Amino acid sequence: MQERVKIPKFDVVGTRPVRPDGADKVTGRAKYGADHNVAGQLVGKVLRSPYPHARIKSIDTSAALALTGVKAVVTRDDFKDQSSEFVPAGEMLVNYRDVLRNVMAREKVLFEGHPVAAVAATSEAIARAALRAIKVEYEILPHVIDVVEAMKPDAPIVEDGMITVGVTPPPTKPSNVAKRVEFVLGDVEKGFKEADLVIEREFNTKPVHQGYIEPHACVGSVSEDGTAELWTTTQGHWIARAHCARLLGWDMTKLRVTSSEIGGGFGGKTVVYLEPLALALSAKTHRPVKMAMSREEVFKASGPTSGANVWVKMGVKKDGTITAGEAILKYQAGCFQGSPVQPGCMCAFAPYDLANVKVVGFDVLSNRPKVAAYRAPGGPISEYAVESVVDEIAEKLGMCPIELRLKNAAKEGTKAAYGPKFGPVGMVECLEAAKSSPHWNGPLGKNQGRGIAAGFWFNIGGETTVNLQLNEDGTLTLMAGTPDIGGLRASLAMMAAEELKIPYEKVRPIIGDTSTLGYNFVTGGSRSTFSSGLATVEAARSIIKQACGRAAKLWEIPEDAVTWDNGEIKPAGDNAGKFKPMKLSDIAKVAGKTGGSIVGVGAISAQGAAPSFGVHIADSEVDPDTGKLTITRYTVIQDAGIAIHPAYVEGQFQGGAAQGIGWALNEEYIYGADGKLQNAGFLDYRIPVASDLPMIETIIVEVPNPRHPYGVRGIGETAIVPPMAAINASAARATGVRMFELPLSPPKVLKAMKEAKKA
Amino acid sequence: MRYESPDTLEAAAKLLASESGEARILAGGTDLLVQIRSEVLSPALVVDIKKVAETRTIKEEAGGFRIGAAVTGAELKEHSALKKVWPGLVEAANLIGSTQVQGRASLGGNLCNGSPAADSVPAMIAAGAVASIVGPNGRRDLKVEDIMLAPRKLALQKGEIIASFLLPKRAPHSGDAYLRFIPRTEMDIAVVGCGVSLTLDGSGTCAAARVSLGAVAARPLLVEDAAKALIGSKIDDAALEKMAAAARAACKPIDDKRGTIEFRTDVAGVLAKRTALIALERARKG
Repeated sequence: MQERVKIPKFDVVGTRPVRPDGADKVTGRAKYGADHNVAGQLVGKVLRSPYPHARIKSIDTSAALALTGVKAVVTRDDFKDQSSEFVPAGEMLVNYRDVLRNVMAREKVLFEGHPVAAVAATSEAIARAALRAIKVEYEILPHVIDVVEAMKPDAPIVEDGMITVGVTPPPTKPSNVAKRVEFVLGDVEKGFKEADLVIEREFNTKPVHQGYIEPHACVGSVSEDGTAELWTTTQGHWIARAHCARLLGWDMTKLRVTSSEIGGGFGGKTVVYLEPLALALSAKTHRPVKMAMSREEVFKASGPTSGANVWVKMGVKKDGTITAGEAILKYQAGCFQGSPVQPGCMCAFAPYDLANVKVVGFDVLSNRPKVAAYRAPGGPISEYAVESVVDEIAEKLGMCPIELRLKNAAKEGTKAAYGPKFGPVGMVECLEAAKSSPHWNGPLGKNQGRGIAAGFWFNIGGETTVNLQLNEDGTLTLMAGTPDIGGLRASLAMMAAEELKIPYEKVRPIIGDTSTLGYNFVTGGSRSTFSSGLATVEAARSIIKQACGRAAKLWEIPEDAVTWDNGEIKPAGDNAGKFKPMKLSDIAKVAGKTGGSIVGVGAISAQGAAPSFGVHIADSEVDPDTGKLTITRYTVIQDAGIAIHPAYVEGQFQGGAAQGIGWALNEEYIYGADGKLQNAGFLDYRIPVASDLPMIETIIVEVPNPRHPYGVRGIGETAIVPPMAAINASAARATGVRMFELPLSPPKVLKAMKEAKKA
Repeated sequence: MRYESPDTLEAAAKLLASESGEARILAGGTDLLVQIRSEVLSPALVVDIKKVAETRTIKEEAGGFRIGAAVTGAELKEHSALKKVWPGLVEAANLIGSTQVQGRASLGGNLCNGSPAADSVPAMIAAGAVASIVGPNGRRDLKVEDIMLAPRKLALQKGEIIASFLLPKRAPHSGDAYLRFIPRTEMDIAVVGCGVSLTLDGSGTCAAARVSLGAVAARPLLVEDAAKALIGSKIDDAALEKMAAAARAACKPIDDKRGTIEFRTDVAGVLAKRTALIALERARKG
């Protein structure tokens, strides 16, 4: 690991303490979604559609209910319909009409795996028998899987009567295109006229799953008085509460949601699937109902992100100045609208300071599971296409790909095509760090090629609450509400310790439930260290203020005559030196006698999130006889603002790169002509195993975010944006062939090499 | 579901033969249990053969080795005499699944699961392994290449159990090898598999050879034309090219999620050459 670019000026921030949740995780004590069990619980199971598209004519549950041990069955009839209304959830919008239909099919089943009924029984075997006993009568409809096919005028219509939004005048005929979006800056036609070289390319990508190791799991328990508890693995328990209360028609206060430890989410756990079903089954039986997906169910009925068809055209002058960038993005949304095509459009050219940009996006339905957020949703797809064209431009101009990017790099003051002007950003710094890195200047072996690509992600803030309580012995308990996926508890405890000038070990961070803490939006948008960090600092400063007040009371001097000086509470001004300075622990001891418990609350809507740019370098080696690509060296360079806990920043960099390598080389959803998924398991859906990856080197660049007390930028998502283009560029050099389709699996690469040899 | 674990093969065969419903043999269970849990199979009877000593033992016999059908990959790897003589076969068995799976998975199970992509099967075919089969009517021998007929279809009669495999006595200057192509580095299923066993004479000329391919047809293939291309040659580039062409000609693969017809056919030739070179290297040392 390369050390930090800057020397930390803090005591705690920038160090690498052991994470507070580490021991329980490595010993197996930590409780994940499926580790929670309640006395008397029933087993819940879901009956899923075997067809990709069919009208449900009838559902007969009587034989299932007649089985001994079957306690309840729920179908579409158990849920009140929801009107069409879009509300924000994570970085995407949700429509409760669709959320309901995704949880339980109503008029039609829209993908293989779509839930049609759920049962609760006293054993797994009985629950399975009950599923077999449910009789569903389907009218099978023609289906469509591919995004380009789905846009054709004669394609089967997934959502009856859907009219494209964003087109003037509105179309009169229904189609599978839910929405058209457009972002324009300057005049691309003018830009292309100024260009000496114009390159135009079409790319295709496949849907890929988030691939979290922990499947969805929950326990719902509804009491006889209508109050309910839900234990679930989620990226946002307040969102889970809101969705469940809405779908079930309950008051939010009656539902208490606890988030378990989470075994990966990557955006895919910002959605409810099993939770409303478990609660509905428990409401019928008044017994706890535990539900867990199998891996097959995870693949067939959760996630993934979109597959897409992307067209990119870029113009450039001989000196490397990019004169225009244009793109058309067609993203699969799955069976309901809401693909990440809009952020995809906004990201497409974001790493560059361009005068002329036009990006058009289409949100397209097909008979696949509804996509869920996946790490920088939409960004990796559009930036893969744009960065692949940038690499080709560098090659055609005979220019170093870093120099070409430096010439056009976004910097402070650059107006992004999607609207805002950037504040201080680290694109140039990342490129410079790449240029001087050992990797970029290192040797290449036979059949190897090196590629480089940049990436961008916005990052968000949002509603956040943190409670910080000063315990009697001077230690603190920190309660946050953004589920800890990547080392959040460590980072928050570090910021609290830094602020309060106490040892890191004196702060015990936990994640609170929805009834013990104010509202928290999801862990998503790389927001949790930024937003919960801001709230932590606010809560800590409140503790300091209250402690100073208590000292003033003890010393019988005015509050404004007490100061906080690097961990000590001191009398100031005329009173300076009159009283012995006190520490927080001294105040803690007498808190009860001076006004009661000292609790700091940070309840904010976090503003000032700053984007993070990254640059990745990939070396790949091709087996010329089989087309198999192996990544032999890989470096992630990314602007972290300030790395609070550098080891977890590096972990995020490496994790994003690992997922990107899978996306680039082997991961894809494979459908048969019957519209059924053929590889619903980790055997044939190939995420990389450890031996597939080189050690992923990291360089943390630090361009502090001026709008955070510790300079934090979100870093979790950007790391998955550059890998596909970096690997594509490295593969082009290793094989001598440019490819325009993901994944770069051996049969495709070998075929491309053979065809190039023939030509 | 009824579970039985008899002490003798005769008792096991009787149980299997008299079951009117679906009956399955349990060795390591790495395929069977997964198929039961995923509801692909729901047998009425499962007969565990691991209490029968023959199925769990490796012993030297007639100058070769007899390997029990339920001996695990990990146990093969720990048998130094076997590993020295048949390194290709031992390596093939230890490509199956993960380290944990290799602690359970057996040669008998890998063959009787009836997958054309089974890793140890081309290695056994190349080695000239012969299965010893016990059934209601007694014991018989069958060459491994004659056992699997089509996916999930075996040349075994109702009640028949593979008890063990006999690997023949090895001539001096012999070597074997197995290679497979997978898109990642481990924990995967062969897109193409290739086993080669060969023997050199005193002058370094190939005196005997067997070449077997997996995952390129409905059943693992013994490719005699590929072996003929090697026999009598010094296994030079020309012989290897001829062998590769013969290997490709023998392929009758399908297009599926793991590979295309074109890719499998191409790679079969590539793997055949690479495998033969490893076997050659071992034969020269042996």
